[in-house]
Amino acid sequence: MSSDWPLFEVFIRSRSGLEHKHVGSVHAADPRMAVEHARDVYTRRQEGVSIWVVRSADIVASDPGEADALFEPARDKVYRHPTFYAIPEEVKNL
Amino acid sequence: MSAPLTVPPPHDATWQAAHSRYVLRLGDTSLVLGQRLGEWVSHAPALEEDLGLANLALDLIGQARLLLTYAGELEGRGRDEDALAYLRDAPEFTNLTLAEQPNGDFGHTIVRQWLIDCWQLDTYAALLDSTDTRLAAIAAKALKETRYHHRFSSGWLIRLGDGTEESHARVQHSLDSLWRFTPELFAPDDVDERMRAAGIAPALPELAARWSSRIDEDLAAATLTRPPAQPHPWHGRRGVHTEHLGHMLSEMQHLQRTYPGARW
Repeated sequence: MSSDWPLFEVFIRSRSGLEHKHVGSVHAADPRMAVEHARDVYTRRQEGVSIWVVRSADIVASDPGEADALFEPARDKVYRHPTFYAIPEEVKNL
Repeated sequence: MSAPLTVPPPHDATWQAAHSRYVLRLGDTSLVLGQRLGEWVSHAPALEEDLGLANLALDLIGQARLLLTYAGELEGRGRDEDALAYLRDAPEFTNLTLAEQPNGDFGHTIVRQWLIDCWQLDTYAALLDSTDTRLAAIAAKALKETRYHHRFSSGWLIRLGDGTEESHARVQHSLDSLWRFTPELFAPDDVDERMRAAGIAPALPELAARWSSRIDEDLAAATLTRPPAQPHPWHGRRGVHTEHLGHMLSEMQHLQRTYPGARW
């Protein structure tokens, strides 16, 4: 039965202030059921305070074959990393 | 536990027994329904539904633990939650007859769940105002769980009712066959009356009206037809059960009956 249902990707916000993170996927017949399945599968141990689901088919992904063209050019540009600043102790989650 | 300041007239032993019985009935319905849902584990139509039904079952068994523990204390015979759950025979169980009905197919389980969810929603909401503060606290916890249960069951009811020709026919058939157990949900007896008079329990006719309009709303969305009113021959709350409960208990109680006091 579930193989007839479309796949949804699940994103969970673990607590207020943090971003939603991808945690996995569920099969569901419709978006409402997808939220319920995500809740039942991924938040049983208090992992989250908010759920996003999106149809996997609606995600536009980069082509692994283009990885060289997309990501190689950034490799030798270390000056883009903000590693030349001292970060104060108090700053968390940067 | 702190006693309320406005204590009703001194309660005799029969009043105390009625109080215990009222709480026991709520607990037994949750326990029996939770056990039934547990039977789905590893048999549900999809992994996600398997977990979903098990989550509902665990919520219900959690409610049963709180309610049976409290009922045992009110009874004052030293029976704890385990003694009440595992060492009573069917005629001593006081759950709604509807809760003990077999699972049938997935749609049948959903219809049974949805009918009881709607009943628990209004029952627990009303118990928030109970003069019994411990019962009100249990109801507050259970109400949050029940809101999700209703979201789950009504979602499926609508999906199946307003789904294919076959799914519609199946859930309509389940509704028609389970409907005969619903008058028991709101048929007050002496226990209900005494608890209502003490401000512990709500008036059942008021609950019935709210339940009825909620049922109609969901049925309309699910394109299902409400069956005609039925007489009231079922008395699970008084310990008179269909033959299904005994079979269910024999499985549920098997371990404790075979190895009394076993722990893990």
